[in-house]
Amino acid sequence: MSHDFMELPVVDHAANAERFNADVERTTWHDESLWHIRGKRDRAAASVEGWEELRELASQIKSHMLSRLDHYLVQFERQAEANGVHVHWAADAAEHNRIVHAILERHGAQRIVKSKSMLTEECGLNPYLEQHGIEVVDTDLGERIVQLMEEPPSHLVTPAIHVRKEEIGALFHEKLGTDAGSIDPQYLTEAMRQNLRARFLDADGAVTGVNFGVAETGGFVVVTNEGNADLGVHLAPVHVACMGIEKLIPRADHLGVFLRLLARSATGQPLSIYTSHFHRPTPGRELHVVLVDNGRTNQLARPDFRESLKCIRCGACLNTCPVYRRSGGHSYGTTLSGPIGSILTPGLDLEKFANLPFASTLCGSCGDVCPVKIDIPRQLHTWRQVAARAGHLSRGKRLVMRWAGRIFGRPPWYRRTGRVLRSLLRLLPRKLLYGPHNAWGRARELPNVPRQSFGEWYEDNRGKG
Amino acid sequence: MSDEKETSTRNTGTKTSRASILAAVRRAKPAPLPLPDPREPSRGKTSLSSESPDELVERFMDAVEAAAGSASMVDAAGVRARVSEVYPEASLAASVDGRWDFEDVRKVDASNVDVLVCAGMLGVAENGAVWVPESGMGLRAAPFLAQHLVLVVSRTEIVEDMHAAYDRIRIDEDGFGAFIAGPSKTADIEQSLVIGAHGPRSLLVLLVP
Amino acid sequence: MTVGLFIPCYIDQFFPHVGVATLELLERLDCEVVYPRDQTCCGQPMSNAGFMDEAEAAHRNFIEQFSGFDYVVAPSGSCVLHVREHVRAAEAAPHGSDSVDAAATHAGADAGEADDDPGGRTYELCQFLIEVLQVDRVNASFPHRVGLHAACHGLRGLRLASSSERQDPPFNYVAQLLGMVDGLELVELERPDECCGFGGTFSVSEEAVSVRMGRDRVADHVRSGAEVIVSTDISCLMHMDGLIRREGRPVRVAHVAEILNGTANAGRTEKGGEPGGTESGDAESGDTEPWGTKPGGTR
Repeated sequence: MSHDFMELPVVDHAANAERFNADVERTTWHDESLWHIRGKRDRAAASVEGWEELRELASQIKSHMLSRLDHYLVQFERQAEANGVHVHWAADAAEHNRIVHAILERHGAQRIVKSKSMLTEECGLNPYLEQHGIEVVDTDLGERIVQLMEEPPSHLVTPAIHVRKEEIGALFHEKLGTDAGSIDPQYLTEAMRQNLRARFLDADGAVTGVNFGVAETGGFVVVTNEGNADLGVHLAPVHVACMGIEKLIPRADHLGVFLRLLARSATGQPLSIYTSHFHRPTPGRELHVVLVDNGRTNQLARPDFRESLKCIRCGACLNTCPVYRRSGGHSYGTTLSGPIGSILTPGLDLEKFANLPFASTLCGSCGDVCPVKIDIPRQLHTWRQVAARAGHLSRGKRLVMRWAGRIFGRPPWYRRTGRVLRSLLRLLPRKLLYGPHNAWGRARELPNVPRQSFGEWYEDNRGKG
Repeated sequence: MSDEKETSTRNTGTKTSRASILAAVRRAKPAPLPLPDPREPSRGKTSLSSESPDELVERFMDAVEAAAGSASMVDAAGVRARVSEVYPEASLAASVDGRWDFEDVRKVDASNVDVLVCAGMLGVAENGAVWVPESGMGLRAAPFLAQHLVLVVSRTEIVEDMHAAYDRIRIDEDGFGAFIAGPSKTADIEQSLVIGAHGPRSLLVLLVP
Repeated sequence: MTVGLFIPCYIDQFFPHVGVATLELLERLDCEVVYPRDQTCCGQPMSNAGFMDEAEAAHRNFIEQFSGFDYVVAPSGSCVLHVREHVRAAEAAPHGSDSVDAAATHAGADAGEADDDPGGRTYELCQFLIEVLQVDRVNASFPHRVGLHAACHGLRGLRLASSSERQDPPFNYVAQLLGMVDGLELVELERPDECCGFGGTFSVSEEAVSVRMGRDRVADHVRSGAEVIVSTDISCLMHMDGLIRREGRPVRVAHVAEILNGTANAGRTEKGGEPGGTESGDAESGDTEPWGTKPGGTR
């Protein structure tokens, strides 16, 4: 969680989504941008023979890893230390931030560069380091855009997917001195390239996330398209890699499985441009890995939800989600938005995020695109039950459902209620029927209600036979 | 557990967290689940495994082009000539260990290199990626700093997919290594593809005998 | 073979003609169809709203009503999916167990493991026609351009068709059946299996997104030249029809049972909600548009 979010009250996705939808044209654009990525993903997946078997394989490898996570963590640590890598353990976000800061402080770092890492977003690392006088530059173009806008990323792979090029043009004009009114992506990207080049050369520390940690070799893999992670870490005297404990895979040859799935699922590329494997520090420099729990062992302890820890952060479930595409990442009020965010985040603060499992039609598309076959729809459904039992849903909803449940248990009551309801719908004046209480009727007609139910028709037409 | 050991305390005071995280994992984890072997199930299904070396090379070159790189075949002796031909404007061309008659990248200011020539170990037909270990780069930062990148790889070293690639390489042989699959790119501004984000503005893969 | 006809509550109350079409269709295919009079609801509304506990009475009633049938058939993929996943003869997962998800932890997690579980015997109509009856012709004609709305629970829950996300060999039960209807032409959609945004209580709790999703779906069908949107689930159709009628869009909706039964006459939805199939002779025709044809209200 970024700190900004943590201070907000209960997230009301529906209200946020309604605001987003007020701009119809922008909603169309947002939906189509993401659908475009989904289309690229489909074509990339179709190009791999045995795609479904590959997903199954990836899923089983991750399930196995979670079932022996303690073993692989220890193995990873032992191998990494043998490679000359410093390994740290952080129980929570606060400890993670303290560890990273301590390392940077020891090196006297003042200006660091950071490549995309959802974990450091989750831990609120940037504001923490800035409070301690360290300047952090996010170097992924999308991340840099939202950093300059002072907003959190709205998507875990394409952080600035919600921002239009006119807005980026204006932002770069103000911050980088580009020509006013220039919105050509090529031109704007070049401006950022020039601007960040100096910062890369100047940085005295570099922070990255981790895509995969390999227990067998004690190394880790970082994937980018821009080359920003590598530019940062190879130039700076110290590299700190922050890694959730669930990012481990047992063996090097498992990388083949996951890398074939990752970029295709994320952006529709057969592979990201740079897939960098780190094992030992450059002589004379330091390499640190921080292993972070921050709620992951809690999630591991929940049988219904532990599979969510298999996530490889490809973002395919966001791109395909018809709700995400029409409500935007910020409407979720979380670091991880979209379907995967809605099953991971309630585990951190159920009361605050109790509404997120309801920001879904349970259409199932997320489960079918997921490269590691996380059953996201089922987990959304189950979180709903957990939220209800914990008393985090509205009292009105509970009463309606209790009442409905009783009626459905008593057939005569059900038939009587049905008759009354149909009469009301037929007889009430339109003004009353379509009052402000009727959310359905704001934009939609109610069905034309028949006098006879099917049960009554059956009684009349078949019952006497 | 037998494979546990006392962690070094030279790092920040995370020893208690180490113990508590591992204890929490042991409490939380499910019963052991089997580890499938990626070599066994679907791998053999790829219809491409019967490809001839020439077909693999062709598919590899197509994949490089698809990722906005370019690929061509040269004789080992023709590397330098081809680089001059493709990058006539380059004022500083360098390579690992000064091979192919370029400057040694370790003896120049890497941030001023226009064209860097690296030695790739193998190419992957399914995605056009080239495995470049640190020893083929000369300097870790160099392939990312150069304005243009040239990767030289033998055309007998093209494998069909990532599984085959990981069967062939040892990822920890060098301290660092990377699959490089195109010029640096981004699509972070309205999904418009821009080549040359922070790293090289172009990629040329030269296939030598 | 005796088939228990399961008519979900909203079809019973609001769309009886879909029930009639289903009944007639099954009878024409030589099934002995019984409609248990005391059926109510499968329990899905409570379950999807988070109150599975409140669905217990509905589950018990369902099991009671549908025990002893070889097959249970319903004209709704969504309700059938709920029955398959959540209705258990022995309500599993006692409180206090690690898992709150009864179905997930129930033996094997496969539908209808136990003999008295109705899940394994409960079929969505098209699924029943293809998998059990192995229908290869229907006696129906519908000379119209039809847009097929793939209802999500049928698609990705029951697997009535291959979904666009997965790389399975393509198949589609509903399209296969519609292909047997004389004169019917299926149009090609830009997004063949995107959700319409109904989602049960989602349609009101997330009204803005739900409406936007529905509009986008309807627009896709209209652009593709569909005269009629057809689906296995009339809940999706009710949502889209609500938008179509409010906004005066040039398309109408029909349940697949009506098409296969030959009772989806042109202009059917104009009449709305009359139970009468071909033989019902219901006396109410004419009294069909209580609120006029084009309510045309705006937000």
